[in-house]
Amino acid sequence: VPKKCQKAREHFSTVRTQLESLKTKFPADQYYRFHEHWRFVLQRLVFLAAFVVYLESETLVTREAVAEILGIEADRERGFHLDIEDYLSGVLTLASELARLAVNSVTAGDYSRPLRISTFINELDSGFRLLNLKNDSLRKRYDGLKYDVKKIEEVVYDLSIRGLNKEATVGAGGEK
Amino acid sequence: GSGGFRKRKHDNFPHGQRREEKENVNPSSALMTSFKSFQLELDTRHDKYERLVKLSRDITIESKRTIFLLHRFTSAPNGEEILNESEVKLDAVRRKIKQVAQELIGEDMYQFHRAISPGLQEYVEAVSFQYFIKTRSLISVEEINKQLIFTAEDREETTNTTSNSRDKQPHTWSLKVTPVDYLLGVADLTGELMRLCISSVGNGDIDTPFELSQFLRQIYDGFTFIGNTGPYEVSKKLYTLKQSLAKVENACYTLKVRGSEIPKHMLADVFSTKTELIDQEEGL
Repeated sequence: VPKKCQKAREHFSTVRTQLESLKTKFPADQYYRFHEHWRFVLQRLVFLAAFVVYLESETLVTREAVAEILGIEADRERGFHLDIEDYLSGVLTLASELARLAVNSVTAGDYSRPLRISTFINELDSGFRLLNLKNDSLRKRYDGLKYDVKKIEEVVYDLSIRGLNKEATVGAGGEK
Repeated sequence: GSGGFRKRKHDNFPHGQRREEKENVNPSSALMTSFKSFQLELDTRHDKYERLVKLSRDITIESKRTIFLLHRFTSAPNGEEILNESEVKLDAVRRKIKQVAQELIGEDMYQFHRAISPGLQEYVEAVSFQYFIKTRSLISVEEINKQLIFTAEDREETTNTTSNSRDKQPHTWSLKVTPVDYLLGVADLTGELMRLCISSVGNGDIDTPFELSQFLRQIYDGFTFIGNTGPYEVSKKLYTLKQSLAKVENACYTLKVRGSEIPKHMLADVFSTKTELIDQEEGL
């Protein structure tokens, strides 16, 4: 896994170069006028960065860290930045991917990873519950989070009734 | 476990375990702390958007009222009064626009554009209507924006603003109406001018319709020049504009062909029937 993460990081440098060039194509203070053009791509990039960081450290990548990986700013004031809603959308995509990872981990014989994913997802869910969202695309995507949570719970449940998580629980104690 | 009171697909699903896990989430972990700040940031942004929507609505209402007022203008003695009153109303609208400008300081205007666009279009419609009545010409977007430069008027305002400048410089705010909003406002103006045409005939004014016909044709030509290169909303308005122009041209035709046959005081009747039909068409 660490090697793959390294490789992925290298790809990000290509991304950085292209974003640099994108920045020059429009007046810096009209970011939101053209926002829709790169919104989708940026959300995907957030997801990818978040995924790499999760695989490396099992934590949630911060906005600032994503900005750094992509070579852009974290705040609007400083230039081409990452909008908070795009960051959150990318994070929600990560949740779906982790649900998939939980399932495939079990298939591959790794019974401890799903437990750690479960703790992480629950914390993420609690975080999202704090937000007051409007009825927009972010809200719709957030509505999908509960299905991810449920899927992961089911995996954990399946493991626990079969006693497969017993030896894994011992090591899965401390989560951030 | 604590037992589930909710009906769920899997009856033996570990409800208790789930609740326990949720309680284990540390409320002051790094993740939770950052989400609390996200909550604040999103709430602040949404609140600002809502304030702008409310301002936009107020701007729309007051602009519409100004337009209705201006329809009551005739060359009759109280014409001057009406123009003055309309100026008062438009000043009130501009004060709202100033508040919009203040809300948008330090922000990217385009992030909130959808909130304020309807109000600004209505304002363009009102102010260009007034300008036409006064000058028989079309106000330019530069003229409009010149009136939307605001300075802090009294000491109270300056101290209330979150300024960290100790110099005596007066604060200025300005709002630039975008070319698109201007175009859309002018397109709506043509509808009002068409109504003006019909009602002016009813008042025995047989010169205005012909002036309007000329004027509307010029506007129409302008829009045709833009054609499909503008945003979708502009193309949509072009269709209504064509109809308004046709109504005005038909009115002129009727005046020309039949106007000399009919005594002035009866002209109104000829056009009032037509107006009823037109109103029905527009589904008023």
